[in-house]
Amino acid sequence: MSNDAHGATVPTSSGMKHPYHLPDPSPWPIIAALGGFLIVFGIILAAHFHNYLMLIAGTLITVVVAALWWRDVIKEARTPGAHGPIVRLGLRYGMTLFISSEVMFFVGFFWAYFNFLIFPETQGNGETVWPPSTIHTFDPFHLPFLNTMILLLSGTTLTWAHHALLEGDRKSMLRGLGITILLGVSFTALQAVEYAQAPFKFIGGGVYPSTFFLATGFHGFHVIVGTIFLTVCWFRARANHFTPARHFGFEAAAWYWHFVDVVWLFLFICIYWYGAGNIATGH
Amino acid sequence: MAATTDDHAHDAHGHGAHGHDDHHDHKPGFVTRWLFSTNHKDIGTLYLIFAVIGGLVGGILSMMMRAQLQFPGSTIVADGQTWNTMVTTHGLLMIFFSVMPALIGGFGNWFIPLMIGAPDMAFPRLNNISFWLLPPALVLICIGLFMNESGSGWTLYPPLSNQTYEAGMGMDCTLFALHLAGASSLLGSMNFITTIFNMRAPGMTLHKMPLFIWSELVTAFLLVLAVPVLAGAITMLICDRNFGTAFFDPTGGGDPVLFQHLFWFFGHPEVYIMILPAFGIISHVISTFSRKPIFGYLGMVYAMVAIGVVGFVVWAHHMYLSGMDVDTRAYFMAATLVIAVPTGVKIFSWIATMWGGSIQFTTPMLWAIGFLFVFTVGGVTGVVLANAGIDQAVHNTYYVVAHFHYVLSLGAVFGIFCGWYYWIGKMSGHQYPEFWGRVHFWLTFIGVNLTFFPQHFLGLSGMPRRYPDYPAAFSGWNYVSSIGAYVSGIALCVFLYVCYRTFTSKAHVADNYWGEGATTLEWTQTSPPAFHSFTELPRIP
Repeated sequence: MSNDAHGATVPTSSGMKHPYHLPDPSPWPIIAALGGFLIVFGIILAAHFHNYLMLIAGTLITVVVAALWWRDVIKEARTPGAHGPIVRLGLRYGMTLFISSEVMFFVGFFWAYFNFLIFPETQGNGETVWPPSTIHTFDPFHLPFLNTMILLLSGTTLTWAHHALLEGDRKSMLRGLGITILLGVSFTALQAVEYAQAPFKFIGGGVYPSTFFLATGFHGFHVIVGTIFLTVCWFRARANHFTPARHFGFEAAAWYWHFVDVVWLFLFICIYWYGAGNIATGH
Repeated sequence: MAATTDDHAHDAHGHGAHGHDDHHDHKPGFVTRWLFSTNHKDIGTLYLIFAVIGGLVGGILSMMMRAQLQFPGSTIVADGQTWNTMVTTHGLLMIFFSVMPALIGGFGNWFIPLMIGAPDMAFPRLNNISFWLLPPALVLICIGLFMNESGSGWTLYPPLSNQTYEAGMGMDCTLFALHLAGASSLLGSMNFITTIFNMRAPGMTLHKMPLFIWSELVTAFLLVLAVPVLAGAITMLICDRNFGTAFFDPTGGGDPVLFQHLFWFFGHPEVYIMILPAFGIISHVISTFSRKPIFGYLGMVYAMVAIGVVGFVVWAHHMYLSGMDVDTRAYFMAATLVIAVPTGVKIFSWIATMWGGSIQFTTPMLWAIGFLFVFTVGGVTGVVLANAGIDQAVHNTYYVVAHFHYVLSLGAVFGIFCGWYYWIGKMSGHQYPEFWGRVHFWLTFIGVNLTFFPQHFLGLSGMPRRYPDYPAAFSGWNYVSSIGAYVSGIALCVFLYVCYRTFTSKAHVADNYWGEGATTLEWTQTSPPAFHSFTELPRIP
């Protein structure tokens, strides 16, 4: 974090007099901002008028622009001289900060949950216990525990892939990363099964389902994003984009995946296990 | 613009030896340059223009509000709902669409790379989306305003903001506007931190970094850690409103006070987010025009860090009347009072910087000294309000309105104008007219003090905030306050005239037009700097 002796790493052979990457003007940011606007306005139109067109259009635009923007970054990563050591350090700072902000986003939902767990009397309807007495919760050692094992296993297979990458063993790397992706997909599938069997309902079910579904739902969304990130890395690895010395795209995906994993551990321990009330039977 | 590519290299050294027109600018065409920009200066300019637009809309609303309150019984504003929507939108516009875009997006983008000797920001495309998320957010918040459906107050408290009391889509537009503005701030702050940590010129250690850069660094950390919590809170609120959840709805077991906690966990750091960059600007201006280095540089740095850290553990002093137990209130009171210590360090260090200096009372220096006055007044009333016992009496009165306008409307805005007059020559190449700059300062200083000082009296005598009318007993000071608002409105017109005179001026300014007091790296660049500056890195001894 100090001055890092920047001067020592300035590449002089390429004719550049600074070690940074200055991308050319790009249409993607403003189109992505438009996509973001269409998504949020689309949600409002969907909620108030059951009109989903703008939401769909906004989502499509955002996804397509994200893909094109990402493609540009991958191209630049493979352009000699563009992503030098200082630029790669900057990407690490950026990813660390992004994950920090994501952590604080989940802090909000855990705050809501702990507000009711620690002070159950703050429930406005006279309840004095948490989970509320009318709520039946999941058996934590049924599907949730299986999902915990799946995510923990995915963390180890991802580390397997990372070590294989460092050893230059592309075949093992693809195998480890592929298994990680399959485990991620299984997790999402099992969460879908769990949601379908939920003994409480999201809409109008009161405050327990609200905290449960938003906390686990946003986690599930992050699992899906992480799975996509890992899948892109799998194809990049197959196309020989990564070397034992340079593979920040993979590392960023791994950091993100471990972050998602840790959030799940907190969800499992605090909400499913410590917060288990009357266990629902029959699944 | 006769030039060769080699001139890039000279720009880094920027000795005024060569003229202003011989540097080489590869400026792209209009659409590419302004819509697809990856240039920190152009994006900074967009932010500054945006801040002026946001400030003018918010300022027009405040003029209408003061017109309504000039006499008791006025009917300029149609009804209470309209009033509440105006108050809400005024607050949100000024915070998210004027002060933050100016101090962080505008001056931060312009001067972080220039002051640390970097050719641009770390993530130039991310920088552009940070800006372009704001115009759609402004559109959304204006929909909320014109549909007259967002009367919750800027704090968005349920039940005022829930389905029962604000059923229309206007409230959702306002909430989603904050989502977009929040995403913009988050991406921008990640970019700022990465730039500051990773792109300082060789030799510029953290403890040699200009105070403005420190202020933006601390601000960016506050944004990264605070804004996502607001995003979570408004997500829950949107779900309560539209998708049948019950986070804040007591009938479903929810807790409205939970929203207040989540909101103020963001909201309190947010007030430091608005004032810290102003602190940075004031430090440079006072040092420049006292022709002395800043007194106690490291104390100034760590005072800002301390304000940032402690700012995260004082949030519930906004909630003394929300039903917290007395021990909790005692804690939040003590923690809040602690913030006065680093703030005092800063005020006294600024005064000590001026002590014994050869002071020039130029327009930016007038704004800086004016800042010291208004921020000290706001700080002192802040110490009063921090006391839970006193707040019991003045909570939600005009005393609070006076307090936060002194620190923000005056403090942060004086910081913005201070930076504008200090740097406009650097940014545009043209100097502002000194006479009209001083007229602008004095009219504003008189106007805003006339507006807000009497509001202390109104608050202490019990006038509550957020009402469009009041008993005749409050009419005297309300009249004075409204006259003060009109004076500040005229001052704003003088500012627009100053802008006109500046941008139509034929004369060009030198690289370092403030002379020996201005020591940071932006003064080694031409005025305006080349499209790409520091293509060869400067070295800091």
